[in-house]
This record gives sequence, C-alpha cells and structure tokens, in this order.
Amino acid sequence: MADITRQQIGSLLAKQGILIAFVAFLIGFTIANPKFLTPDNVLSVIRSSAILGVMALGVTFVVISGNLDLSVGSMMSFSTIVVLDLHDKIGPALAIPAMFAMTLALGALIGFLVGYLKLNSLIVTLGMLSAIHGLTLTYSGGKNMDIADKEGTWFSVFGQGTALGLPIPILMFVAVAALLGLILSRTSFGRKVYAVGGNGTAATFSGIPRARTVFMCYLISATCVATAGLIQASRSLGSQNTVGQGLELEVLAAVILGGASLLGGSGTIFKTVIGVLILGFIQNGLLLIGLQFYVQFIVTWVIIILAVWLDIAAKRGKLMSPIA
Amino acid sequence: MTDAKPVLRLENIVKTFPGVRALDGVSFSVMPGEVHALMGENGAGKSTLMKVLGGIHQPDGGTIFMGDDAVVMSGPLEAKAKGIVFIHQELSLAEELSVAENIYLGELPTKSLGRVDWTRLADQTNAILQKLNVGFDANTRVGDLSIANQQMVEIARALTVDAKAVIFDEPTASLTDSEKVVLFDVIADLQATNVGIIYISHRMEEIFKITDRITVLRDGQYQGTVETADSTEESVTQMMIGRTLDLSRNASHHALGEVALEVRGLSCSKHYQDVSFEVRRGEVVGFYGLVGAGRTEIAETLFGLRDPSAGQILLDGEEVRINSPADAIARGISLVPEDRKGQGLVLGMNCRDNMTLPQIDTLKAGPFVAQGAEMEIFDKYHKQLDIRTPGWKQQVGNLSGGNQQKIVIGKWLSMHPKVLIVDEPTRGIDVGSKSEIHKLLRALAAQGYAVMVISSEMPEVLHVSDRIVAMYSGRVMRTFTSEDVTEDNLIQAISGMTSEQVA
Repeated sequence: MADITRQQIGSLLAKQGILIAFVAFLIGFTIANPKFLTPDNVLSVIRSSAILGVMALGVTFVVISGNLDLSVGSMMSFSTIVVLDLHDKIGPALAIPAMFAMTLALGALIGFLVGYLKLNSLIVTLGMLSAIHGLTLTYSGGKNMDIADKEGTWFSVFGQGTALGLPIPILMFVAVAALLGLILSRTSFGRKVYAVGGNGTAATFSGIPRARTVFMCYLISATCVATAGLIQASRSLGSQNTVGQGLELEVLAAVILGGASLLGGSGTIFKTVIGVLILGFIQNGLLLIGLQFYVQFIVTWVIIILAVWLDIAAKRGKLMSPIA
Repeated sequence: MTDAKPVLRLENIVKTFPGVRALDGVSFSVMPGEVHALMGENGAGKSTLMKVLGGIHQPDGGTIFMGDDAVVMSGPLEAKAKGIVFIHQELSLAEELSVAENIYLGELPTKSLGRVDWTRLADQTNAILQKLNVGFDANTRVGDLSIANQQMVEIARALTVDAKAVIFDEPTASLTDSEKVVLFDVIADLQATNVGIIYISHRMEEIFKITDRITVLRDGQYQGTVETADSTEESVTQMMIGRTLDLSRNASHHALGEVALEVRGLSCSKHYQDVSFEVRRGEVVGFYGLVGAGRTEIAETLFGLRDPSAGQILLDGEEVRINSPADAIARGISLVPEDRKGQGLVLGMNCRDNMTLPQIDTLKAGPFVAQGAEMEIFDKYHKQLDIRTPGWKQQVGNLSGGNQQKIVIGKWLSMHPKVLIVDEPTRGIDVGSKSEIHKLLRALAAQGYAVMVISSEMPEVLHVSDRIVAMYSGRVMRTFTSEDVTEDNLIQAISGMTSEQVA
C-alpha cells in the first residue's frame, strides 16, 4: 500500500511537476517578500511577460512538430523596427498589416526550408537569426527607430492601453493563448502537429502532409512574433535594432520549462503559459528579494536546468540514470 | 542433469508496477550446458523477468541464486560482472567503430600513457572470431556487416567475459535461414562449455530444434517447465494461451468478386521489374519471398511512397497514378506497414488518436475535431478487433505488439479501403495474437475486402492466402493457387528456380 502511494506521488510529480514547482516558487518568494503576491505585482509580472509569452505560444507549435525556432528574437526586432518605420510613412492602419505580411514572409521562408526542403531546423533558424538581424540593420540603416508624434497616435493602445481594467498586452496574450490552445488541442491541424512531431514517418504513412504541417507551424510562430513586435513597438513607440536579442533562448526556456519535449510530439499551450509565468515570476522575485539585475541571468539558467532535470528524473523515477 | 547444480535459479520472483502484477511468483532454473526456452505471449512477463535478471528492475520479492549463493543484481554492470550476458533483439553496437573496438568497448587493452594496444586488441578479437567461425575480421567496420554478423559481434562480446548464463532475446528475428544455422552452431558451442542459455523466441520450430527444456509464463505467472522432447507445439501453445490453436490451411469458401486491383508490368528501377498480378474482392493474395525480393517496395509504390519507372496500376479497371499516401488513401488503398513502431504508429499518442489519424480532416464538428465521431470509431474497432487496452487514453507505446498491430489494422479498416495491403502482419507478435490476426485477415476477405499480405513466414502465407505470388530478386517467379501450392515448390520459386528447372 505504501508502495502504491509512493508510485502515485511519483506519477503525480511526473505529470504535474512543473505546476508543483511553480506553486512552491510562489510560496517561497511570498514568504521572502510579502509584496510578491500582491495584485499589482502579479499584473505587472504578467504584463512584462506578455511579449515573451506570445512568442512562446508560437514556438510551442514549432517544438511540438519536432523542430526548433531560434530566429524569433531577431525576427521580433525586425517586426518592431518595420512597424515603427512604416507608422510615420503610411500610417498605423496600413503599417500593421504590412509588418505582419513581411514577418510572415520570413516565417514562410523558414517553413519552406525546414518543411519542404527538410533542412535541419537548428541550422536554418540559427542562420536566420543573424540573417534577419542583418536585414533589420539594412532596413533601418543601423539607426534607432522612433515615432515622431508619440503623444498623438492611437498606435500606443496595444502596448499601453487597458480594457476591462486590464492592460491590453495581457488581454492579447490571453486571447492568443486561448485561440492557439483551441487550435492545438481541438482541431485536426493540431492533431497533425502532434503526429508529425511524435513520429514523422508514421504521420506520412497515415497520409498526413508532413511538409505542409511544419510549414504552417512556422507561419504560426511568425504570426506570434509579429504580434509580439506590435506590442513591443506600441509600448515603447521607439526602438533599437536589437530589442529582441536573446529572447529566442528565453522563449525556448519557457516552452521547455512548460514541459514540451525538444524531441517533439509533446507539450501544450497551457503548459507553455505556465512556463512563461514561472520564468516571469522567478525574474521578478529575484529583483524583489534584492538581487542584482545581472544575477537573474545566472539564476534563471540554474532554475531551468533544475526544472528540466527534475522533470526528467520524475519520468525516469530516479535522479540519475545510465540510460535516458 | 540431476547431480549438476543449476548455474542460475530464480525463486518466487515478484515484481509489481502501478496497477499490474508483472511477475507473480516466477521460479525456474537453468542447468549448465542447457538451452532453456522462455516462452509466453507478449505481456506475459518475459521482458520484465529479463530486466530483473539484468539488474534494470529490482524484484519486489523472491531470490536469484547463482550456484549456491543468493545474489542481488543492483544494476546492469553488476549482472555482467556476475557473468550474465544478454544478446538483445535490438543490437547495441557503435556502427562507426571496428568489430574489435565494439567487442572490447570500455576495456580496450592499453600500453603506457593510455594508448590503445591495437595489435593486442586485434589478436584477442581474431582469436574469438575464429572460435565463432565468422567471415570477417577484427578491423571490419560494424556498420558494413549484415545484421546477422552484427549479432555475431554481440555474441563475441559475450564471450569476452566469463559468462555463466547467456540470454538470447529473439535472436533470429532478422536472420536468414543460413544465418540461423550459424547461430545455432554457436549456441551449441556455448552449450559445450557448460554455459547456461536462456532462449526467448516465438518461433516454435527453433524452440523444438535447439532447446532442452521450456518454461512458460502467462500473465506474469509461472505456468510450468517441461522437457522439450516430451512436448508438442500444441501442448506448449496451450500452456501459453490456455487454449488450442487452429493452424490448418484456410482457403476461402466464399465467392470472389470483381478485380479490385490490377498491376501490369510494374517496375521500379532497381527494386523490382515487370511485376503483374491482380487482387479480387474477397481474396487474400499472399506475397512470399526472401527479404529484398521487392515485395515491400511494391507495397510502397501502390501506397504512393515510390514512383514506378514503368507499368500500370488499375483500380476497379481504371488506370490510376498514385502520387502520395494521401492520394492512395483517397483512392481506397491502405497499407499496414512492415515497421509497426517506426511507420505504423505514433507511439507517444493515445490509442484513439492513432486510429483516427488518416481521417482526422473529415471528422469535423464546426472548426474542431468531432470527438464523438472519434470515440465511435475507436469503440467500434476496440470491440470488433478485441483490442486489449485500459482505455482510449492509453499511449500505444504501452500496448503489446499484437494490440499495437490491431490499432494499425483498425486505423485502416475505419477508412473502409478497397485494397488493404498488410506487410508482415505478425512480425514480433506472440502466437495467440498471431492467430487472431490471421483469422481477422480471413474475415476481412470474407467481407469483400481485397487483401494483399506480404510475409516472410511460410506457414503464415500458406495459412491465410487464396493465392500466393512467389517473388525472387524483384521478379514474380510464379503465382500459386491454394490447390497447387506445396512447401517444396514454393521454396523453389522464391530461391530463383523456375518451374522448368524443377521439372
């Protein structure tokens, strides 16, 4: 009987380990600093996580399909710069769709290379990371981009506005998460993404168009990046060329923290949201307990490694194993 | 044998997993120089027992004795140190390394400063290879060897330690007949050195050819140990499944329908040439031949995975071009592929989702997948095919081979295909499920499906087919009907002898 209970705890840990760790973090930080779990702080954490979060939602599709997307950070810089530049040239109402179209074109290119030409996604997107950075710099001539009339534009609503008493970025994050969550868990396309990532050969043998499915995942990722770029641009109304630099790793960290397997075939939107929140709350908590800003880069890394290790250990049933 | 002490003795081994009693008081012993068969259907507990023996699982009860001593296998290294050696079904060799490096991996002989002593390594290895009488040497790259020879490398590795018990897990699964002979010679040699051998296999002929005693497990329980000489296939099968099997020939008694599939002069560059045959509704056509005869490639062409270089494919009398699996599926061709785990199933996905995968686009409720329709499909084939699973949510990777295969078959039946192609329907499946799948294939034909069965097992082809297409080296040698086929002329046909030569 005691044995069964231990195994039940083991399987609970394996399934909900991340959620349990998350709750433990919240309790720990709250004890260390009572300000941590106040509504104001929680909202501010979620708001500042929204940009990373929206990107992580898209990358979740790519990761479940068995691929990687390391280009999202520099792609987000590109979207931000483009929409800011076009804002003054053609007005925000045209700038936004134009920016989405250009970002989606980049996503389509990656999707074509990885999906149809079956090139390794790590190589393709790592290359795209620097290629898109170059594209952004070429576009901007290396200069920072600013909106001329920062007070008089409605464009600021996406980053700074509120509705229903909540900041718009949070609402956008929630809306995109709900939409993509439904697509992933309830539509036939979502099922194909799991099949292609779980076993691409078997998916092909079931008549699933593998290339098109992967291609679509990159389009979804690019759409999310464009949305994140929109929030970023709207929040600051001006930007450097490197605004998204390094975000690709944080995004990937959030997806992995949520428990998606880098091998593909597993993960959910809900878990990614949890992963995003964990990352956001950890970084915020570290600041609140008085650690230097720079320390959080190191601590974040340690926590990611710990989380992934515990996750795998719970699945294996022991902390170390000679076989995976 | 009575005066000798067993090299290995298991007493009352118990192992439970959440919700399952995988081993329930299993006891048996292996004598020195004995080949001891361990049999049971998939899921009977053979693998768990071997993992207990190999130190991968710790038993919840019972004792392992080696000689007179009770031992605890704390891990794989410990088991190896105690002289228990596994020859696995799936090989674990480094393909890029040489035979010698693989055999002595982790224990390479060294000179000063840790440099490998290549001369000594080659000498030691060649000495062992000589004993095994194989046709390759120490410096051959393992990736260049056939599967059978790779298995020899594994065996050679086993011989480097002072083995007391060697466990063969389905060793002949991918061997040709001539390679099997070599393997059995090696086993006989091992026997002569008083090593105890545990031999796990589903193949009755082998069991009766080489083993001394047979221990049978069923549902984790010990069913008994019998002397091979005193047993028959029927009696062992009955121990394994608790009932008898009907293995008689099975020609159809129903009338055949129209020609569903006709292939005329089909060729695919190197793989097969000028292949013609037809399959009628209500008919099972068996494709028999050696590995590499081109049978799987024909199936892949019909399923849109390969482009033919010449010839025609006709479905219901109309010529068709099949460009992709989606195309094939839309035209009513389904393929149960050879490699169940690699091609047939998404192992991490649940039973229901695997089953509905090919038609997921058509099961719509608004923008979403119609879960009700999905459940209906699963429930129907779950019942009809008697798939044993705790529920639709179960990951197919956790099912036994037979039940996995039923999921794949259910997946295609739910598409109501015109032509069902089944490639190696019972590979790696236990004897009970095997006969169920054979019955099922017959039943499908009776329902009017046109069925193509590709198999490398002669009893299977003879058992399920109305006609048999014998292939050799990419060509159809002869087509037999169930009246004119005999084992002899079938073997002659697939070895490349034409009927004129035979006459």
